[in-house]
Formats: sequence, structure tokens, C-alpha cells
Amino acid sequence: MRIVVAMKQVPDTAEVRIDPERNTLVRDGVPSIMNPFDAYALEEGLRWKDALGGEVIALTMGPPQAEAILREAVSMGADQAVLLSDRAFAGADTWATSHTLAAAVAKLAPVDLVLTGKQAIDGDTAQTGPGMAATLDWPQLTFVGRVLGIEGGRIRVERYVEGGVETLDSSLPAVVTVLKDANTPRMPSLRGKMKARSLQVTVWTAADLGLPQSETGLEGSPTRVVRIATPESRSGGEIHRGSPEELAAILADILLGEGGGE
Amino acid sequence: MSARLEIRTDVCTGCGLCTSACPFGALSLVDGTASVSDACTLCGACESSCPFGAILIRRTGTVAEGISGYSGTMVIAESREGAIDHSTLELLGAARAIAEAEGGPVSALLITSVAGDGPKVLSEHGADVVVVVEDPALGHYLTEPRAAITRRIITERKPAIVLAAATTTGRDLMPRVAKLLNTGLTADCTSLSFDPGKGCLLQTRPAFGGNIMATIVCEGTRPQMATVRPRVMKALDPDPSRTAEIVRIAPEPGELVSRVRLEGFRVLDEGIADIAEASVIVSGGRGMKTPENFSLLSEIAGLLGGSVGASRAAVDSGWIPYPHQVGQTGKTVQPRTYLACGISGAVQHRVGMQSSDTIIAVNRDETAPIFQFCSEGFVGDLFEILPALAKEIRRRRGSA
Repeated sequence: MRIVVAMKQVPDTAEVRIDPERNTLVRDGVPSIMNPFDAYALEEGLRWKDALGGEVIALTMGPPQAEAILREAVSMGADQAVLLSDRAFAGADTWATSHTLAAAVAKLAPVDLVLTGKQAIDGDTAQTGPGMAATLDWPQLTFVGRVLGIEGGRIRVERYVEGGVETLDSSLPAVVTVLKDANTPRMPSLRGKMKARSLQVTVWTAADLGLPQSETGLEGSPTRVVRIATPESRSGGEIHRGSPEELAAILADILLGEGGGE
Repeated sequence: MSARLEIRTDVCTGCGLCTSACPFGALSLVDGTASVSDACTLCGACESSCPFGAILIRRTGTVAEGISGYSGTMVIAESREGAIDHSTLELLGAARAIAEAEGGPVSALLITSVAGDGPKVLSEHGADVVVVVEDPALGHYLTEPRAAITRRIITERKPAIVLAAATTTGRDLMPRVAKLLNTGLTADCTSLSFDPGKGCLLQTRPAFGGNIMATIVCEGTRPQMATVRPRVMKALDPDPSRTAEIVRIAPEPGELVSRVRLEGFRVLDEGIADIAEASVIVSGGRGMKTPENFSLLSEIAGLLGGSVGASRAAVDSGWIPYPHQVGQTGKTVQPRTYLACGISGAVQHRVGMQSSDTIIAVNRDETAPIFQFCSEGFVGDLFEILPALAKEIRRRRGSA
């Protein structure tokens, strides 16, 4: 099995704060982390490598400092790391991002499986996985909560959808996007950490991928952000205290008044 | 280079507004003027934040090509066992509002094994044209056949705008179709409006866990595609006098081929809405203490016609399955009412529910962060308050 795990370095949005005075985003000192969903994708790749043999390649697109998450991936057990970094990639929307990642997967051929997180916690689009699958003309399995098996060139998964769980079976190669339920990511090993320290990260530019400027970064992006605003910040509302019966009566007023369905 | 960030140092006052506006921390003040680092993604947040016009993103080479000849708004319908999803009716409501400014027709694309009265329902809720692709092989959703058919119909009918619900189906289908059509797609929009001057759909969506709202346009390619968060747009009341033109199109044999096969479907929580689609969510956290106590929440949810949610702490403790998890590594929800019981309101939870219309918190600990941002807070023991609440709702219903 040759497995590529596509991952993204994101600001830890849990640490992002709104400045209440100016109503702007405070990002000072916010750490950059591996997108949490991608950690589940990586763990899934490592598990199937452990079971079936082969190798796991960690892949990301980003500025030079994004290699930090690739080293983290190697410390957990990834065998290779590829960073797609070029000023020409800046400003990419999900079309250009998935296009660029797909070009790298093609360059890494033969690849049996691409795993990635359901979505990144900064953009929350969930579009890059299907975009890669479309570009590669591979089947896609999204919102996967369990990988049940990989055998004979096929993969079986459980896909979590509204109201239920689908069991799907697909030919490989395929792109699979995973949820938190899939596994519990392992801790880095001592050996992995040593390997990560000495690892030479492969860096590819647009030219290495053979991509024209018109297909990458801002120029290759059909969409553009025209405005960023902070939503009205919520401030604490009324706080009620009293006996359980008193509180229940006020709660019932609110719940039945505002959509209790009477 | 196709684009670059330019800082006019002669105009920059060093006020620092842009440094806090940058979601990527790429701007800093150096010697009293703004300076940009490699972390810049050219997202444009700083450009609009600068009151002095000192920051410009120079764009070249973005050519509007092939956008003529596209008009109208197409809604991708979702149906389950012949019944049209409510999210689809909401999209039709949004599409009619867009059509007022855009001028083109509203169409609906229904791909299904059983059309039933679907075309009539779509018509009554605002579609001028209903395109029906009906085939026994198009029952349960599979990506490839839907994507192939949707792509062909869009290519043939040339809508300027295509909307789908931001359900797992819409968010699986639309990115594949948009990539194949080489056009833009905006995920999980919560507000849409049409700018007649530019002929562009203004697509607004939360990002960074709802901490910022980004407005996105797709200027140079068509159609402009968006997925729309369920329960945010309003469906129109059905108008039985509306009669849409029905266009029946057969799938081409090659379009029915799927490399993915459905082996089975297991229904969870029969008859109860998924939290992503629920209008009322009764949610429990660490304060619920045991899995059995979640029956208190199910009881209230049942009385209110709502669904049960949970914090990560409750899911990780094994008290309730993952599909119920709200928050950063779970689902983002936007119900009318979110009743948080025994949930402290850590930011990882907050980002998944802070867009709810009304947030009600019940917690023993009055210093819990959730009391800082809830609409109504109740300080007390949930094991006393919730049973009293259930009793009170029953009493009022009984006397009503």
C-alpha cells in the first residue's frame, strides 16, 4: 500500500479570540497546529500501513513553516514528507488547492489511497478531498467514520450521513475523508522524533508539478474573498437563579414561546 | 506573479488594525508601518480592514471568460424515499429572492428513483422549471452517477447560479461537480444576495469556527456554486397555483456507472432529525455524569420535537455516539434553540453552536464560560431542573 495523507497547517482556532473593543480577530501568539481531522487521517493511514505493509507519505501545501506538521507526521510514523511551497500557490481557494494537491498525488504515482481530514478547522469547507478525487478521476468516500477493510484492491468504509450510516465498498485508488470517530491518533515515538529531526522534506514548486500559473494560487482560484467581518459578538444574557420549579417555569416560557411546537 | 500584496508606506499610519484583522498572522508593524510575511495567503482580510486604503492586493490576469449565456438559479433537490427534503424547499425560497435581482428563472434538478409528487412540491415552493432525471438505478445517493448527471445538466442548461444544501450529500456532490466544471464553489453559506451591478452572487459564510464571516464571489467563471447551511434560509409557503414546466431527461448509460457500491444502510435514531438539521437541540456535557442521564435530555428533546446533542467530553466518555457531537471536531449546528445542559462552553464547543438563534444554558457552576455568551442562563442542578421542566411542559400541554 502506498498511502498519501493530505494535511493542512491551521491556526488553532480554539485560541483565536475576538477583541471586544475593536471587534477584530486577535491572532497574536495563536499557535499553528496540524488540522485535527488530518491527524485522524494520518492515524488511519499508519494503521493500514502497519497491517498491510507499504508506506505513508505526508503531503501539504503551504508556506515554508508548514513543514512543521510534516515533521510531526513523520514523528508519528509517516515515511516521507512532501511540501508544496511556492509564492505562486498563495491565495488558493479550494479549486486551486485540490488541483495542486492532485498534481502532487499524480507525481507520487503509483498511489493506492489518499486520506485526508473531513475538513480543515480554519476554512471548514470539506471541499478539497472531493476536489482532489475529481481531478484524479478517482472515486471519493467522504465523511468516513470507519475504514472496515482494505483487500484485493478494494476498500470498505462506513460513511456517516444524516440519519444513518452507509456501508460502502469502492475500488482503489480512491480519496477518503475521515471523521474523528475513525480512531485515536498515536503519540509520536522516540524513534519517530529522531527521524523527524533529521528528515529531508521534499519541496516541490509549481514548476516541479508542471502546473501553469493560471491553475494555481490566486490566479487559479475561481472564488475570491471580498469582505471579512466579525459577527456580532454574543454577550451573556440574563442569568436566572431560584428553585428548580421556578427555573423550570421560566425555561418552559422560553422554550414553548420560541418554538416549543405548540 | 499573478497577485501580490502591496503596502503603501506613504499612506500607512501604523495604526495596526490590519495586524489584528489578518487571520493568518502575516502582518506586523515594522518601523511604524505594516509589513507582510510569507504566511500571507492573499485572502484580502486586511485590504478591507485598512481605513486609509494603504493595503492593496494587485490582481492581474483574472479574465472573465465564458460567463455570458448563463442565467437563472438552479437548485439541486434532495429527496428521501420520494419526499423532498425541507432543506431543498429552503433553497427554493433563497433562489426566488435571488431571482428578483438576477432576473433569470428558478429551476430545480431532481435526480431520483421515484419522482412521485416531487415535481409538484418543487413547483409549489418556487421552481419555474423542474428537471427530472428518474431511473430505478438512482435510488440511494452515490457520488459518481449524481456528479456525472448534474454536471451534464448544468452544462446543457447553463444556470448562472447553482445551490445545494450543505448536507453530507450536497457537500459530497458539489465540490466534485465544481472541480469538473472548473468553477467556484462556496461552502456552507449562511447568507446569499445578488449584486446586479457586478452580476455576482455575494456568498457569506462563517469561517474560523464562526469567529469571522467571509463574503465570497465567483467573478470570472459560471455557474457560481454554493452549498447553503440547512435551517438558515426560509422556505416559501406552498402556492398550489404555481405550475412549473417539467422537463424529463433520461440518464445516459455511462452516467450510471459507479465504482462505489452501497452494501447497506443502518438507520440511527429513527424518526429523529440529525442534529445538523434539527430546529431544537438539547445537548449534554460532562455535567451529565452518566450515559443513563442522557434519557433526561431525550425526554425534553422529545417533548420539544428536537434532537439530542453532546459535547466532546460526553462523546469521548462513551456516553453517546459521535454523530451527536457538536463542536470543532464534531458538527456545526445552527438550531433555533440550543439548550446546553452541564456544558461548560469551552471554545471548541462554542465554535460548533454559537450561531444558534437562542442559546440556553443550565449549569451548576455559575463561573462556567457558557454563561458569558448564552442568551439565557440557569444556575442550578440540572438533575432537579430538567425533571421539573419535563413536568412543567407536560402540565402546560395538558391544560392547553
